[in-house]
Amino acid sequence: MSATQVQNTDEKPQFYVTEEHHPENSTMLGFWLYLMSDCLIFAVLFATHGVLGRNYAAGPSPADLFDLNLVAINTAMLLLSSITYGFAMLQMERNAKMETLVWLGITGVFGAAFLGLELYEFYHLILEGAGPTRSAFLSSFFTLVGTHGLHVTFGMIWLITLMVQVKKHGLNPENRRRLMCLSMFWHFLDVIWIGVFSFVYLLGVLG
Amino acid sequence: MFGDISLTQFIFGRLTLEAIPYHEPILVATFIAVALGGIAILGLITKFKLWGYLWHEWFTSVDHKKIGIMYIILAIIMLLRGFADAIMMRIQQAIAFNGNEGYLNPHHYDQIFTAHGVIMIFFVAMPFVTGFMNYVMPLQIGARDVSFPFLNNFSFWMTTGGAIIIMMSLFVGEFARTGWLAYPPLSGADYSPGVGVDYYIWGLQVAGVGTTLSGINLIATIVKMRAPGMTFMKMPIFTWTSLCTNILIVATFPILTATLALLSLDRYVGTNFFTNDLGGNPMMYINLIWIWGHPEVYILVLPAFGIFSEVVATFCGKRLFGYASMVYATCVIMILSYLVWLHHFFTMGSGASVNAFFGITTMIISIPTGAKMFNWLFTMYRGRIRYELPMLWTIGFMITFVIGGMTGVMLAIPPADFVLHNSLFLIAHFHNVIIGGVLFGLMAGLVYWWPKAFGYKLDAFWGKMSFWFWQIGFFFAFMPLYVLGLMGVTRRVSQFEDPSLQIWFIIAAFGAALIALGIGSFIIQLIVSFLKRDQLRCDSGDPWDGRTLEWSTSSPPPDYNFAFTPVVHDHDGWYDMKNRGYERPVTGFKPIHMPKNTGTGVILSALSVALAFALIWYIWWLAAVSFIGIIAVSIAHTFNYNRDFFIPVETVTATEDARTKLLAERT
Repeated sequence: MSATQVQNTDEKPQFYVTEEHHPENSTMLGFWLYLMSDCLIFAVLFATHGVLGRNYAAGPSPADLFDLNLVAINTAMLLLSSITYGFAMLQMERNAKMETLVWLGITGVFGAAFLGLELYEFYHLILEGAGPTRSAFLSSFFTLVGTHGLHVTFGMIWLITLMVQVKKHGLNPENRRRLMCLSMFWHFLDVIWIGVFSFVYLLGVLG
Repeated sequence: MFGDISLTQFIFGRLTLEAIPYHEPILVATFIAVALGGIAILGLITKFKLWGYLWHEWFTSVDHKKIGIMYIILAIIMLLRGFADAIMMRIQQAIAFNGNEGYLNPHHYDQIFTAHGVIMIFFVAMPFVTGFMNYVMPLQIGARDVSFPFLNNFSFWMTTGGAIIIMMSLFVGEFARTGWLAYPPLSGADYSPGVGVDYYIWGLQVAGVGTTLSGINLIATIVKMRAPGMTFMKMPIFTWTSLCTNILIVATFPILTATLALLSLDRYVGTNFFTNDLGGNPMMYINLIWIWGHPEVYILVLPAFGIFSEVVATFCGKRLFGYASMVYATCVIMILSYLVWLHHFFTMGSGASVNAFFGITTMIISIPTGAKMFNWLFTMYRGRIRYELPMLWTIGFMITFVIGGMTGVMLAIPPADFVLHNSLFLIAHFHNVIIGGVLFGLMAGLVYWWPKAFGYKLDAFWGKMSFWFWQIGFFFAFMPLYVLGLMGVTRRVSQFEDPSLQIWFIIAAFGAALIALGIGSFIIQLIVSFLKRDQLRCDSGDPWDGRTLEWSTSSPPPDYNFAFTPVVHDHDGWYDMKNRGYERPVTGFKPIHMPKNTGTGVILSALSVALAFALIWYIWWLAAVSFIGIIAVSIAHTFNYNRDFFIPVETVTATEDARTKLLAERT
């Protein structure tokens, strides 16, 4: 918007720029907007859990089901993966391709550990007869946590794709922009998980 | 589910020959007509070897102007379908008295009113509005395209994919019988076991992806790509309303997506979100769907308000009265639209305090809307009004919409609503505001911007015919429904006992016939104008003495919109340029950086339609294949780093020189 200053006070103002005009890049804003729209999907799921989260239908309650130790380890995995993603971005700033890839790989491992533990938890619950069809509480629990898990899964697919692309094309502007977007996505999932951990698990077990 | 199934069941899921409604003569006749028409069109395209042209110039185009035009074509086609549903209902209700069951059985009638609502909102009004925002807004802000051109193409094809899914339900299987918002438990697996609700869900989910992404895209465009000098308070009002509308889209469509996803989990997995038993809560659905649904009506009407603002200023030859108040009114409506959803179900039993809160917020919305109305009136006051077609639609809107607004305030009073809830009074009210507000606005916009898009004006005689048939037809069709509603007649009824009601339904059917003539005149108008395009041609690019930047470029605009990016000093940018001696640059052109076309959007949308079809009919192998296909195509698309090109300076110079010559010839 620098051309506003060009406006001169004599008779004929400038009505067009003679040089090629480059608007600011919109990707970061666009991706933020996408994240906020995604956040609303989670808002609906949290609200639904808020309304239905005590409807046990004479079935098991959170205190009967949740193993907080397991969830604590799981949370640690995801938080660590966010930190390691941050390291990858620092390496990217230093233009160090190999180091960036290594940290991205470590991030992927933590992400996979998180997903593995979550699947184990789900499997265990279903085996106990506490599947998503048992009560409204379990429906909303599985949907909220599962939607987060699906997001992490897509984040993993994206991460692997990006690793291949960085390996192939290096840290060019396109790949840097994509790494930034995935970074925002990954940290966003972390923030959502903190909400899940606090409101679904901790408050749930409190009863 | 996978236990003991035959090979046919594996291949076709629950799709059998029974699903083809060959026992319904109306549908068979429709199918034959559609099939013959379709074969004729495909044959003509093949005969004139247009496939390559359509694919390269239109389907894969990332040009916001072409995408905008395609959105509007989609909307007009779907308008014909939605209106066919409407007139079928009007005829049924006019004859189904005294033991006459009419010609539609209740099963069929229920599908028709559901399809009518879904199609008119999601596949007529939404693409029409999005089409205008796509076409006009980047031109108004002096941009070369939107922020994410590929995403724009993808969004369009997802919307079209949704429309295709809904249309498929006409000939393969059935559509939902639940009403346009598919309230559970009726829409749950217990009471709607067939494919109808699944068609509804997946049609809207596919289209919803497109709508949300297009909203993000257009917000980013308005925020980041405005011409130098165009501060927020110098944006044209249509751009302002587009901004507010797209914010509403991004802030509400994810709620629809999530809500429908929960409903589909109830139907497919057997969860208990909205069931009657095991702790489910159907009212949760109704709250969630209206948290999307109420802002949705403002998503539709705000751009229409923007169109009227442009039209009134242009055709009164005056700066819009109260620009700043118009902007604030738009923003206030945007925010308030979020705080009123509960007025759709005052009868739920939330108690007096909750109902009072939502009743009051609803009434408050009429204040900024009233301010807008006065702004338009004061713009007309002492203006030199030219009664061209866009202005006629605008005046028709002002008269009609005020009536609809006042009945809206009546419905906002909870005790009154207990009487009027789900009655034909409500139906009359929302048709009054949607036809009188949104549709009249879209028609005004179409005749206003048509010369910009195609270089010739639309024929005025048939335009006036269309306007008067619509205007008079509307009052004949919906005023009787107000009367019937006050008498206590409820909506969605296919047969009546009380013969004294019949005369009102006959009047309403007569009104629908007049509206049919209005639509017919509109189509004749398009054809006549095309045939007479040489007489109607307007080469200047500025046929109405316009005020905003879209009128500063040629009609139709070149691919790159503006050879040089304009600099804006006033919110009526082009008017200011004309007034202060702007001279069109004729030399010194530079190559222009543009995005390349891509077919990925079409492919992804086709795969999404296949996925939706597979999920509707439980064809799990196809669902898996198309889902993996979507992921694979998306990933493959990201491996293409070569997405832009330069329009060579020779091309730019040639295009601009041609225009220079044309403008010189005119004077």
